[in-house]
Amino acid sequence: MTAAKGKVRLTRDSALALLAGMLRIRRFEETCAELYTAEKIRGFLHLYIGEEAIAVGALDALAPDDAVVATYREHGHALARGIAMDRIMAEMYGKQSGCSRGRGGSMHIYDAATRFYGGNAIVGGGLPLAVGLALADRMQGRDAVTACFFGEGAVAEGEFHESANLAALWKLPVLFVCENNRYAMGTALDRSESQTDLHVKAASYAMGSEVVDGMDVVAVEAAARRAVDAMRSGGGPHFLECRTYRFRAHSMFDAQLYRDKAEIEEWKTHGPVVRFTAWLRETGLLHDSDLARIEADIAAEIDAAVAFAEAAPWEPVEDLERFVLMAEVPE
Amino acid sequence: MTAKGKSAKAQMGAAKKGAARKIVARKGRTVRTTYREAVREAIRDALARDPRVFLMGEDVGRYGGCYAVSKGLLEEFGEDRVRDTPLSESGFVGAGIGAALGGMRPIVEVMTVNFSLLALDQIVNNAATIPHMSGGQFAVPLVIRMATGSGRQLAAQHSHSLEGWYAHIPGIKVLAPATLADARGMLWSALLDPNPVLIFEHVLLYNMEGDLAADAGPVPIEGAAVRREGTDISLVTYGGSLFKCLAAAEELAADGIAAEVIDLRCLRPLDEATILASVAKTHRALIVDEGWRSGGISAEIATRIVEGGFYDLDAPVARLCGAEVPIPYPRHLEEASVPQTADITAAARALVRPE
Repeated sequence: MTAAKGKVRLTRDSALALLAGMLRIRRFEETCAELYTAEKIRGFLHLYIGEEAIAVGALDALAPDDAVVATYREHGHALARGIAMDRIMAEMYGKQSGCSRGRGGSMHIYDAATRFYGGNAIVGGGLPLAVGLALADRMQGRDAVTACFFGEGAVAEGEFHESANLAALWKLPVLFVCENNRYAMGTALDRSESQTDLHVKAASYAMGSEVVDGMDVVAVEAAARRAVDAMRSGGGPHFLECRTYRFRAHSMFDAQLYRDKAEIEEWKTHGPVVRFTAWLRETGLLHDSDLARIEADIAAEIDAAVAFAEAAPWEPVEDLERFVLMAEVPE
Repeated sequence: MTAKGKSAKAQMGAAKKGAARKIVARKGRTVRTTYREAVREAIRDALARDPRVFLMGEDVGRYGGCYAVSKGLLEEFGEDRVRDTPLSESGFVGAGIGAALGGMRPIVEVMTVNFSLLALDQIVNNAATIPHMSGGQFAVPLVIRMATGSGRQLAAQHSHSLEGWYAHIPGIKVLAPATLADARGMLWSALLDPNPVLIFEHVLLYNMEGDLAADAGPVPIEGAAVRREGTDISLVTYGGSLFKCLAAAEELAADGIAAEVIDLRCLRPLDEATILASVAKTHRALIVDEGWRSGGISAEIATRIVEGGFYDLDAPVARLCGAEVPIPYPRHLEEASVPQTADITAAARALVRPE
């Protein structure tokens, strides 16, 4: 692990927190898959399993006043950002107590309190928003940064290039976090990109750009911290290409005809949770009792979140058109 | 600037009359101004009033704006608040949405409505949805201004009237200021609105000259205006066609036909009450729109009249719309592509006095 290189000072507590953060996402997603089969969650459901190190590592480097823009595969980011699990689960159910009052569902989690600006189901659609959020922070004299997550598929979109150029041109503090899981839905990277080293594309916009092992939570956190520190002192945007792999299907409708089972199994052997767990055990930071406690805490939190979502009321149909037009700008 | 043909000049004349009529009613000192200057004054005023307001778009700064609307503002307010952007409509419109989410009050200028199609994703999928999709946690207090309409011989990728498309979309407001007072007054009200507001400025209006109250200020951004009262037929229109309708009403008056002219001002939400009240009085309606007829805003207005005023009608609801062609370059074909004063007069006369 990167920690061995001394890039990040990892205490036992912070190491266990990173592991717990990833496991919390993993178990939440597994529960979502079950709830989808049980038809409690409907629509599209995109699971983050296999990619947990990126959200947990990168968001650990942010401060509470920073902004986050994510994609339709954003449950992990929402959890890692600190949005209450029960409100996220209620959103999955489409209930009024969900963080978006059930209007968004799995793909559109929003939370003003943590400056979490969705949950965007248009590939690349969130990137210009991130540029604008960073612009607003800078114009108002705040030293906040905006972390913008997107998949490698978004790099083919014009909005990626427009946003990268604009952020670099105006030296805005946007952390572009590319979650390169090698498949844009079912299209492999080398079947959609002429240049498959995506960090090279970003570098061409004259911004700091690096490739990171997206399966290594400590490496992601270290890279994000370096980038965020540089951005806070006026360094302009940064791009992190986090190489990762999606262990589950693109969505619950995906039969995965485009990749081999062997490939998936091979990636699972060095997934973010197994690797970090093994390393923590080796270094003596993790004991069996820790893991049991972490798992028990997570199970209890998930049970409570599911119970909360089950019991939560539905938005009344009379409120269907509420918020289409706003009466005022919320504080 | 393009050379103006006779008909364009005639429109300008009609424009002056229309604008003057509104302003005469407001007593007090007036200033001679153009639509372009009125919009510029509105932007200047907004920049001066609120530090959260900034202008961004292609060539709004050093160049002074494609239609010279923002000339001088860069020198006055600096590069931070009058911000030239790359040719990235989706990028900078989306950045405007993000900046609005982040507490600013951006005015984004898109050179022409045709270019706004490159930003359609941001406008339709983000600006119009985020407040609702977030359960009311976020508002998008953003203004997007753009030029629309034909008349400058700019051919099919610079001349269309797509505001009716935007009026289809819940979550945004769509304005079409036609008078100097609206050009001066709608922007500030739009910036105070917590919702994304699109302002469509007809290209032929920028040079329109008239008298504007020296103390002209914000005006409401909802509600249609009756620009001329009449009892025989309602001409329902907006934007660049307003002054053609007013000129037609003048001609019709000479013929003993009293046409009422309604300036919609706001295409979304539509002021159905004013339209229906007018039709209840005149019993006839002619909708005039530069936009295409099929699936256009004129179809929506006609349907509202039929739904709400069917029994008031003495004649079928009629429409004069843009010909269903990509607007061509040569003057005579361009003019034939959109309703002209003579067409309006003839159509109104045929409705009031059928053969």
